Amino acid sequence: MWKISKEKCLRCGACVGVCPFLALELSEQGIVFFKEKCTLCGICEKVCPVGAIKVSRNDSKKS
Amino acid sequence: MIPRKADVIVVGAGPGGTSTAKHLAEKDIDVVVFEKRQEIGAPKRCGEGLSSNSIKLLGQKIPKRCIAQAIDGAIIYAPNGKCAEIDYGETVGYILERKVYDKWLAEEAVRKGARIIAKANVYDVIKKNGFIAGVKVEWEGDNFEVESKVVVACDGVESTIARKAGLNTTNTLINIDSGYQFEMSGIDIEDEKKLYFFFGNKIAPRGYIWIFPKGKDRANVGIGIGANFAKKSAMEYLLEFVKKNESLRNGSILEVNAGGIPVGGFLKNMVLNGFVVVGDAAHQVNPIHGGGMKEAQIAGKIAASVIADALAKGDVSEKTLKKYNEIWWKERGKELEKVQKLREVIEKLSDEDLNFLAENITGEDLINFTHGKNLGKLAKILMKRPSLVKLARALI
Repeated sequence: MWKISKEKCLRCGACVGVCPFLALELSEQGIVFFKEKCTLCGICEKVCPVGAIKVSRNDSKKS
Repeated sequence: MIPRKADVIVVGAGPGGTSTAKHLAEKDIDVVVFEKRQEIGAPKRCGEGLSSNSIKLLGQKIPKRCIAQAIDGAIIYAPNGKCAEIDYGETVGYILERKVYDKWLAEEAVRKGARIIAKANVYDVIKKNGFIAGVKVEWEGDNFEVESKVVVACDGVESTIARKAGLNTTNTLINIDSGYQFEMSGIDIEDEKKLYFFFGNKIAPRGYIWIFPKGKDRANVGIGIGANFAKKSAMEYLLEFVKKNESLRNGSILEVNAGGIPVGGFLKNMVLNGFVVVGDAAHQVNPIHGGGMKEAQIAGKIAASVIADALAKGDVSEKTLKKYNEIWWKERGKELEKVQKLREVIEKLSDEDLNFLAENITGEDLINFTHGKNLGKLAKILMKRPSLVKLARALI
């Protein structure tokens, strides 16, 4: 599961620049997430300067 | 407001975009710049420092209103708290107001004949017969297609447009820093003419904390850390530092900034048929200090001259535009690649190594190193520590 905290996000675009799959884009409204392109690799979570992104791979068990 | 065609479309009105546009417009080329943000220069993703040497190199006469503080040196703290001071006794750089500076750069480009439109979001490119032939732009709720002969992507660290065009400009985790910054006031700065740097793997892994004064009681207080080295977010590291620092602890926060900083991974190829990438989007940033304003503007100038020649010849193919790769690598790439190598060595140093280094180099050395110069001297110093011999060899 990929989750972003809109309250924490500063719309800086760091996550967009590291996403190997173009699953993220930056708009004036915030980060746009394209679920079908995401592989849950977690690189965006590592680079986020404010810890706004949370990625978990064992999504099916939780939900 | 949105033209249906232009000779050149520039995506992004940061320093790279406006530099490209200005130099194209100077040659009477019809150029339009689309900026997705509603305001040029804001929110900033930058510590706002620019050296006098860079300004000279760019040939700029920066208006006073763009400048917050003149700088005459630096104070650098090693992990053990010991500090080294560099004092040039004269102004060697400035802390700018990016909001004002970027807009001034935009004005200059417009004065030469470029057209700029803010809050116009380029979301894709148009491909035709193997060429990038224009962009798709969203403006005030409507979508437009704009035709062009060349598209220049200056869309910052996100670099979405270059990747949609077909260039792989994705930043790898090893070559990106996470940046976070407060613009603070109500703080007490001992010498507002100095830049302050704090090093240490505990406070800022593979990076540093900076205090860049914008007056006696105001400063950019920021951090850049290696995304792959950090154990928590850049924000958490900076907060920890601010809370421990007596003069900052009770300060006010006027602005909060964040950003990814490309600190390496220079691209061998930065062009396609009818397409060029410039600035942060092409990772054109100094890998040691993370500054990109100078690099983006130099690259923009190079790109503009190559594009102008290509347009004059009526040939905007990748083959012709490759001249940009060639000139950039000769003028900037080689030096920056050396600086990246240095970064790769420094990121392996422990705090003890950094303390040792701090005691054995001068401020002058440090400045040289950040420009990829005198790395042999650095290698010699590192070789004094047996554990670092192997690392040192990588420098020479």
